Amino acid sequence: MHSKVAVVGVGQTTFTRSCGISIRELCFEAFREAIDDARNLSTEDIDGLIICSAPEYDKQRSPAGLIAEYLGLNPKPTFLAEAICASSSVGARIAWSFIRSGLHKIVAVIGFQKMSELTSAESQERMLRGGDIMWESPFGSMMPAYYAMFARAHMNEYGTTEEQLAKIKVKSGMYSMMNPKAMYQKETTVEKIMNSKIVASPLKVFDCCANADGASCIILASEEVAEKISDTPVWITGLGLASAPLSLASRKTVSSLSCAVEARKQAYKMAGLKARDVDVAEVHDCFTIAEIMAYEDLGFCKRGEGGKLIDNEETYIGGKIPVNVDGGLLSKGHPVGATGGSQIRTIVQQLRGEAGKTQVADAETGLVHNIGGIGLYGSIMIFSR
Amino acid sequence: MGFEKFGIMSYTKETKVEDFVKHLEDGRIMGTRCKKCGTIIFPPRADCAKCLSSNIEWTPLSGRGKLITHTTAHFAPAGFEAPYTLALAELEEGVRVFTRICKDDEKDKLKIGMYVQLVTKRLGDERITYELKKI
Ligand SMILES: [Zn+2]
Repeated sequence: MHSKVAVVGVGQTTFTRSCGISIRELCFEAFREAIDDARNLSTEDIDGLIICSAPEYDKQRSPAGLIAEYLGLNPKPTFLAEAICASSSVGARIAWSFIRSGLHKIVAVIGFQKMSELTSAESQERMLRGGDIMWESPFGSMMPAYYAMFARAHMNEYGTTEEQLAKIKVKSGMYSMMNPKAMYQKETTVEKIMNSKIVASPLKVFDCCANADGASCIILASEEVAEKISDTPVWITGLGLASAPLSLASRKTVSSLSCAVEARKQAYKMAGLKARDVDVAEVHDCFTIAEIMAYEDLGFCKRGEGGKLIDNEETYIGGKIPVNVDGGLLSKGHPVGATGGSQIRTIVQQLRGEAGKTQVADAETGLVHNIGGIGLYGSIMIFSR
Repeated sequence: MGFEKFGIMSYTKETKVEDFVKHLEDGRIMGTRCKKCGTIIFPPRADCAKCLSSNIEWTPLSGRGKLITHTTAHFAPAGFEAPYTLALAELEEGVRVFTRICKDDEKDKLKIGMYVQLVTKRLGDERITYELKKI
């Protein structure tokens, strides 16, 4: 009972615009990579499988059953966990509780999304229904519009500029060049971003992440078995999960995500540390403004100083707190259900010292900030080696 | 039935607060008020999450408020025509509203903090909505 919980294996597919394979095959690739990544682990050792996906993209009803079968995991229990873009972080939290309770020892968490499964009209229709369908969708609300409204409020309140937003994408592009699993591996400039088409003012095309296909897998294990499975187990030391109103009209603030602030408090408290103790972080940059808000919501800088943090390149490797050195959602792509697991994979590799060209020196503590939708679900996880 | 007439496009037709649309048609923008604890709710709800009472009544709103944030969408989801401006405003009663800014005001420079008025607006096909106007 009350075992510590470690990540012992991580894997992900390359994120692509259109993967050209089925969801079962996509999940298989991520799963095999995670099993191979753990030194001493095989399929039979897994005693639970949590599948994470936003079901509005799925053609297969109840995909967990299908995937368990394809991976050869029957009769091990399986089910779907959903919190839109935060699905696989929530899956990891459930796996943690399963192991911590003593009910399970080794649990695989697979997140996937094949967003190319939908036509762009279908996908737009889903996007609209992501807002409150009674009171906000009827006006033509959509994801970029909500984040544009956050950006506008942030700019008004703190003087954040469009150039500062663009600098987030410049960093993302630079690091994506070093991530072979990123969808875009392209450098870009402030000028190019500033001149890209406006989607919802002040956000332009390059301020927004793109739909993608992909899967991620992380394998969690109890303390008793973790060290047998992996030479470099990475421990989960803090967890925070919170919600905020779906409707913008019910929110008290629009220049910050209250679910992230609340989840941060829980996670820092559980891990017994402060923002300055974090060596490397993955934050949910679905839009450039989201990364700036995350800096502030996580306490990496004072409220309103997120723009300054990127101006001073403090979130680059070598800066105060390197953020999204795998390219982030903006360049890696954002296959909704797979994103949290991909973020966790990056942090695990960092803490093991296996991040290659993007290794943050002596990284001991890492953080994953994963947000669902327009900030209705906020998950923060803290990892230590 | 009745709620399907609300907004530019609707996604649901049944709600306990569908009389909201009738009030809109009569030119009134109404919120609900919990008779038990006095909370004013907008957009209207039939149930009070504060005290779990469903004993609510309609209450008129002044519609006067201040702009909190806005965006002009240059790409529109299916069924909508870009560009249009979405905004969030806080009304005098302390409640917030998410809707569009009226077309005439859209071209002007919108300023966060400026005064706005929430007004009813008839659309084609017997549809009805509300929008924000500069005052
Ligand atoms: Zn009440």
